[in-house]
Amino acid sequence: MPKNIKAMPTLSLEARMRRHNWLDILFRNVTRLSAFAVLILLLAIIASLLIGSLPAIKAFGLHFLVSAEWNPVTEQFGALVPIVGTLATASVALLIAIPVSFGIALFLTELSPRWLRHPLGTAIELLAGIPSIIYGMWGLFVFAPLFGDYIEPWLSSHLGGKLLIGPLFSGAPMGIGVLTAGIILAIMVIPFIASVMRDVFEIVPALLKESAYGLGATTWEVMWNVVLPYTKIGVVGGILLGLGRALGETMAVTFVIGNAHDLSASLLMPGNSISSALANEFTEAVGDLYTSALVELGLILFFITFVVLSLARFMLYRLGRREGQAA
Amino acid sequence: MNKLNRLFRNIGLAASLLAASNASATDITGAGATFPYPLYAKWAEAYKAQTGTGVNYQSIGSGGGIKQITAKTVDFGASDMPMKPEDLAKNGLMQFPAVIGGVVPVINIGGIETGKLKLDGKILADIFLGKVTRWNDPEIIAANKDLKLPDGNITVVHRSDGSGTSFIFTNYLSKVNPEWKSSVGEGTAVSWKAGMGGKGNEGVAAMVKNQKNSIGYVEYAYALQTKMNYVQLKNRNGEFVKPDDNSFKAAAANAQWDKAPGFYELLTDEPGKGSWPITGATFILMHKVQDKPEIGAAVLKFFDWAFASGSKMAANMDYVPLPGKLQQLIRAAWKDQIKDTSGKSLWK
Repeated sequence: MPKNIKAMPTLSLEARMRRHNWLDILFRNVTRLSAFAVLILLLAIIASLLIGSLPAIKAFGLHFLVSAEWNPVTEQFGALVPIVGTLATASVALLIAIPVSFGIALFLTELSPRWLRHPLGTAIELLAGIPSIIYGMWGLFVFAPLFGDYIEPWLSSHLGGKLLIGPLFSGAPMGIGVLTAGIILAIMVIPFIASVMRDVFEIVPALLKESAYGLGATTWEVMWNVVLPYTKIGVVGGILLGLGRALGETMAVTFVIGNAHDLSASLLMPGNSISSALANEFTEAVGDLYTSALVELGLILFFITFVVLSLARFMLYRLGRREGQAA
Repeated sequence: MNKLNRLFRNIGLAASLLAASNASATDITGAGATFPYPLYAKWAEAYKAQTGTGVNYQSIGSGGGIKQITAKTVDFGASDMPMKPEDLAKNGLMQFPAVIGGVVPVINIGGIETGKLKLDGKILADIFLGKVTRWNDPEIIAANKDLKLPDGNITVVHRSDGSGTSFIFTNYLSKVNPEWKSSVGEGTAVSWKAGMGGKGNEGVAAMVKNQKNSIGYVEYAYALQTKMNYVQLKNRNGEFVKPDDNSFKAAAANAQWDKAPGFYELLTDEPGKGSWPITGATFILMHKVQDKPEIGAAVLKFFDWAFASGSKMAANMDYVPLPGKLQQLIRAAWKDQIKDTSGKSLWK
C-alpha cells in the first residue's frame, strides 16, 4: 500500500514536468514566431514597395531624386520637392519643439508647485491623444489666417531682407506654407517629447540633485550639468519619437502646407511633403508610371526614416562608448 | 439532444434565409468618381426602396473606377474623365454619360459682389499660369469698367488631389489659351504653374475663403451650397453668362452627342446661346460583353430608372439631368453594344 502511494505522486510529477516542458517549447515558439513575424512584415513591405516602384526606377533612375519636375500630363516625375518639404517641415518642427518641450519638462519636474504638476502633466498627455486631422483643420481654419495676417507680414518685413536667413522669410504672406506646416507639426510632437523628457527627468536620483544644490548650483546649472547628462539617452529617444512622427505625419500637413510642387527657398511659400503628396494623389493616379512614381515616394520616405533612426542609434552608441572610456 | 436538434434547425433556417435573400436580389456594385457620389447614393437608396435591388457604389475616385471595371471586380465603373474611344475598344468597354455638372471659378475680393466680376477664358488661363498676377491688371479692368478692383496680388488655389473637376477645368483652359495647352495641358492632375493646392472641393473653398484676393474653382453644387462668390465667364458666342442650371443645360443641349463616338464629348467651350463654358458630364463604364447577363441587365435597368425617375432628385441636388434626346441616344447605344456571351442584346 505505502509503495503504491509513493509511486503515484512521482509519476504525476514526471508527467507534470513533461507537460510543462511541452508548454515551454510551445510558448518559446509562439513568442519567436511573433518576433519573426514583425521582421517578415518589414521585409514584405520593403519588397512590395520596391516592386511597385520598379517602373519609375527604370524610367527615371537616380534623376528622380534630384528632379523638381512633377508633371502627370507628360509623365515626368521627380521627388526633390516632396523630399525637401518633408525634411524642412520636420526640421522646423524639431527646432521649435525641442526647446519648448525642454522648458515644459523642466518646469514640471523642478519649478512647478506640487498641486499643479498633475493637472498640467495630464493636459500635455491629452494633447498627444488629439487625432491629427483635428490639428489640420484647426491649422487651416484658425491658425493659418491669423498667422498670415499678423505674424508672417512681420517675419517678411523684419527678417526678409537680412543676410543668410532673408530668403527663408521672403514672399507674400499667405498663412499657408512650409513654415505653418512646421509649426503645426511642432505643436503635435511637443506632447511626445515633453512627456518623455519629464519621465526621464523624474528618475534622476534626488541624491545627485541635492548634492549639486548643496554645492550652490542654480536650478539651471543642476539641469544642464547634472540632469541632462544623466538622462541624455532618454532625451534623445524622446526627440526621435517626435521626429518619427513629424516625418510621417500626413493629414495635418496636407491641410496647411499648400500642396504645390514648387521648389522655393522661402519657408512662407507653399510646398509639398512626401506623405501629403501620397495622400492627395494616390486615389486618382491614372497610369502605371504615375502610380509607380508615388510608390517610389513611399519607398524614399521609408528610407529617410530608416536612415534618420539608424543615425540616431549610432550617435547614442558613440555617446555611450565615449562615456565608458572616460570612466 | 433536444437542444442540439433545435440548434441545427435554427442554423438550417438561417442558412436557407440567407440563400433566399441572395437569390431574390441581384445586387449590383459600382465604383469610381467622387463627384457624382452623393447623387448615385441617393438614387441607389430610392431604387432599393422601389424595386428591392441594391446598388452598392464606392466612391474611390475616377482612376480607381477605371482600374476596377477593367479588372471586372465591379459591375460598372464611373469616371469624370471620359475614356478615349481607342482605350474603350482596347478594354472591351462602352461608356455613357450619367449626369451633368459645372465647374465655376470662385473668388474672394473685398467689395465685389457675387456674380459681378467678368472674366474670359484667356485671362482666366493667364491668371492660373501666373502671368496675370494683380487684380488691377489692365486686361481685367477692361472687362470690368464698373468695378473697383484692388491693387492686390492674386492668390491662385487649385485642387491638390487628382480630380475630374480639375480635368474639366484644365480641358477648358487648354481650349481657350494656346499657351496653357502647350505648357500645362489637361488632366485630372497637372503641373500647376502658380498658387497652392487644397484637397477636395472643401479644401479649395476653405483656402479661397481664407485668402484675400484669391481665385479657385469648385463644383457648381458646392459653390452654391457654401454660398461662394462666383464669376461670370465669356462663352464662345462672346456673351457673359452666369453659372446656373439653365446655362449648364444650354451647354449640354448644344453638344453634338450623336456625332461623338463612344460618347467621348467634353462640354467645355460649347457654342450656342447661354452656354456655360466649363460644363462637363460624368460617365459610366461597362463591359460590352457581359459574363453574367442578369447583372448587366440589372445595371442598365437601374440607369434607365435613374434617367426616367431620378432627374428630379438630380435637379434638387444641383446636378443637371441629361436632355431627353441624349437619353434616347444612350438607350440605343445600350441595345447596340451591350451583349451577353452569345451575342444577344441585353437591352430590349
